[in-house]
Amino acid sequence: MILDLYNYWVVIALMMVGFYSVIVRGNLIKKLIGLNIFQTSVFIFYISVGKVDGGTAPILVDGVTLYSNPLPHVLILTAIVVGIATLALALALVVRIKDAYGTVEEEEIREIDEQ
Amino acid sequence: MIDFAFVVDIVVLALLLVTAVAIARMKDLFAIVMLSGIYGLLSAAFFVSLDAVDVAFTEAAVGAGISPLLFLSVLKLTGRYENGSHSHAIFALVLVVVTGLALVVGTLDMPAFGDPDSPASSHVAVRYLEESGREIDIPNVVTSVLASYRGYDTFGEAVVIFTAAVGVLSLLGLLSGPREGGESPVRMGDHLVLRLVSEMLIPLILLFALYVQFHGEYGPGGGFQAGVIFAAAIILHSMLFGLQPAQRVARPPVLRALAALGVLVYGSVGVVSMLSGGTFLDYSVLSEDPVSGQHLGIIVIELGVGVTVASTMILIFFAFTSRSDAAHPETSR
Repeated sequence: MILDLYNYWVVIALMMVGFYSVIVRGNLIKKLIGLNIFQTSVFIFYISVGKVDGGTAPILVDGVTLYSNPLPHVLILTAIVVGIATLALALALVVRIKDAYGTVEEEEIREIDEQ
Repeated sequence: MIDFAFVVDIVVLALLLVTAVAIARMKDLFAIVMLSGIYGLLSAAFFVSLDAVDVAFTEAAVGAGISPLLFLSVLKLTGRYENGSHSHAIFALVLVVVTGLALVVGTLDMPAFGDPDSPASSHVAVRYLEESGREIDIPNVVTSVLASYRGYDTFGEAVVIFTAAVGVLSLLGLLSGPREGGESPVRMGDHLVLRLVSEMLIPLILLFALYVQFHGEYGPGGGFQAGVIFAAAIILHSMLFGLQPAQRVARPPVLRALAALGVLVYGSVGVVSMLSGGTFLDYSVLSEDPVSGQHLGIIVIELGVGVTVASTMILIFFAFTSRSDAAHPETSR
């Protein structure tokens, strides 16, 4: 059944779109946005793995026996907040690169370095 | 059988893919950042449909709120357009397609989506779901796992967030204090609709953040979610009324102390439980009754996480905006 793996394939497609932006584009901001897409695709992958058919959100309620897997939720919940903190660090580095080189384009930075 | 949730799943994933491709193709970074906000909101909606309500909270506040704002304040410093240089585009496309195909081949023997017997859902997760009601006695299993069973990991994550904020502040510095030269003529706060709506919304957002913080044991919520929601309210305020009024309420020196204090509170709970005869972050020894000890430990460490996350997010935002305001005072709010 094709639809059984649909989520995982979309995750791979998203990951590759992010990957492509990271390696092709010369603009550092664009690379970071690509990395962000890459990262979100991993989040979606984990949450998809944790889904259980017919299950509900993992908050214990009387009379419900089937819950989705809480463990991926814990991992991804913290990963999102760690992700924004590390993204901020990367953006701070970009700002300093702009200060030092006057540009955030990779090619131009390389040319300045070679001079 | 095709049910409603499944249709939502397919449609939202397709929208995510379209947004991602649009982001990859465009060159106007401002539009890209706006699209990335939409991308964040879509993924939050997707997490709700997959029962990950706690994750959806966080993604909505971070992916659709804080992260686009950080990008925008950096764009103000680095320029709106990329010059569109493509290096080795064909080679990269081949590489990406080959990698993607290899990964697709790798998925072929994965368990089907939603399979209750998949390895991921049949080992330790079952134990958490069956035993946490008795051992910790709070309904939200995500909070039990995050704060108690895996409290050690969460401590590490709180430290990472704190460290990242230290890194940002040491790279950018924080230009505080009132700026010379008076206020610029155009302020977002002068728009009547924006001002009224935000005056109504900001108190509600703050209140909601506190609810999420202290109700995290019973419903979706907890320190991480509450921290980012709280920070979003302060950030919204500084977007509309300028950096100085926001910094009068959330003073940077106080925020710096609070960011460290949150981590300290978390770590102290671990030390206190060691001194009480347990292992690091074993809350059962904090009280006569193991279950109420667990409750006490979880409330305190969630508070530590909430304080650290909220103050680091606000500090990071202040660091970026104070720099872009200093670089372009004529366009500051």
